[in-house]
Amino acid sequence: MKIAFSSSGDSLESPFESRFGRCRKFIVLNDADDSVEVVDNTQNLNAAQGAGIQAAQNVANAGVQCVVSGHCGPKAFMTLDAAGIKVYTCESRGSVADALDAFKKGELPQLAGADVNGHWQ
Amino acid sequence: MKVAVASGKGGTGKTTLSVALALSVEEPVSLLDCDVEEPNCHLFLPKHEPMQTREVFVPVPHIDESLCDNCGACARFCQFNAIASLGVKTLVFSDLCHSCGGCAKICPKGAITEMDKLIGKIGSFRIGELFFAGGTLDVGQPISPPLIKEVLKSVPGSRDGLVIVDSPPGTSCPMVAAVSEADFVILVTEPTPFGLHDLKIAVETIREIRKPHCVVINRCDSGDDRVEQYCDKQGIQIALKIPDSRNMAVAYSQGKTMLDAMPEMRPGLESMINNVILQQKRK
Ligand code: SF4
Ligand code: SF4
Repeated sequence: MKIAFSSSGDSLESPFESRFGRCRKFIVLNDADDSVEVVDNTQNLNAAQGAGIQAAQNVANAGVQCVVSGHCGPKAFMTLDAAGIKVYTCESRGSVADALDAFKKGELPQLAGADVNGHWQ
Repeated sequence: MKVAVASGKGGTGKTTLSVALALSVEEPVSLLDCDVEEPNCHLFLPKHEPMQTREVFVPVPHIDESLCDNCGACARFCQFNAIASLGVKTLVFSDLCHSCGGCAKICPKGAITEMDKLIGKIGSFRIGELFFAGGTLDVGQPISPPLIKEVLKSVPGSRDGLVIVDSPPGTSCPMVAAVSEADFVILVTEPTPFGLHDLKIAVETIREIRKPHCVVINRCDSGDDRVEQYCDKQGIQIALKIPDSRNMAVAYSQGKTMLDAMPEMRPGLESMINNVILQQKRK
């Protein structure tokens, strides 16, 4: 299974980032062989609109089954949901590795819907 | 001739001024409420015949799933991130769509057709020589310029004469859409630091789109003189100053106009609009 973590850096030691659509990178862990892959999301930092949708598309195209992030807006959730990706939220201000730990321990709640409102402009 | 009334922020008295201008001219005049997210001009107009309404639609893509192979070409093409292609499914977020029509043209499978989506409505009525039309954006519709452009088109072809456009506040796309066809722009501001800050941004925007403009200072006796100094330095004419008046606040809350509350403003309004018309004719 592949799990994507939103992050501002490009390794497991990098800070975990709570924003989904506008994080710099996704650290994707494949738990079958513990391999780590980095998915770039920087093109979304300046998107005028639809950053969450594009981020969701980026992780979907990387073949992930789960996303761990801080918050997720309605459009991003809808997109992830359509791709069959589960979303877990993590309040951690630590590293991606910390978030991964919490995920493995089953401490992270799974989102059933968007937990922040979209912003239109 | 089209005169747009605009301001860098809301609550400066844009609507109050637009309505007062429309009511102070004797000739045929049209008042267009382009503040489609919060239209309120009609609340201040005298009794009128029932409003005629029409709906406004924009084309948005619809994907026929039986033809689509989720190749993702449409999602890559769309500059507005309105399409997500997920390999197993392709989603359209029509509220982000700017109706450019491009995705339907480039889809290699011909899976995309355009469908009309309702974005709002336009109401109109007449009171004597005054024609009014105003748009109301549907709740949850984030993109207003197409509706604003329709409002601008709603003056009956047979009418010429002055058109006054109450523009949306701010300086982003909706405001630019509303003032884009104007021959002249009146910027309303207040003599406060915030007022000055927003006025500067509005002036920059108006200069960029090269529209002749002047400034009206509302509640002119309530703040400091920095707005005047700024206008002086920039060579921008201050066409009118409207004093702060308790009467005005009361009138506003009762749906009455500036002319009800401050009849003494009428000559100033008339001469301002006449000057604008004269200036434009001399060109
Ligand atoms: S371009 Fe056409 S076929 Fe390709 S994903 Fe879009 S709708 Fe489907
Ligand atoms: S019509 Fe244009 S803006 Fe709308 S979804 Fe298609 S490509 Fe994007």
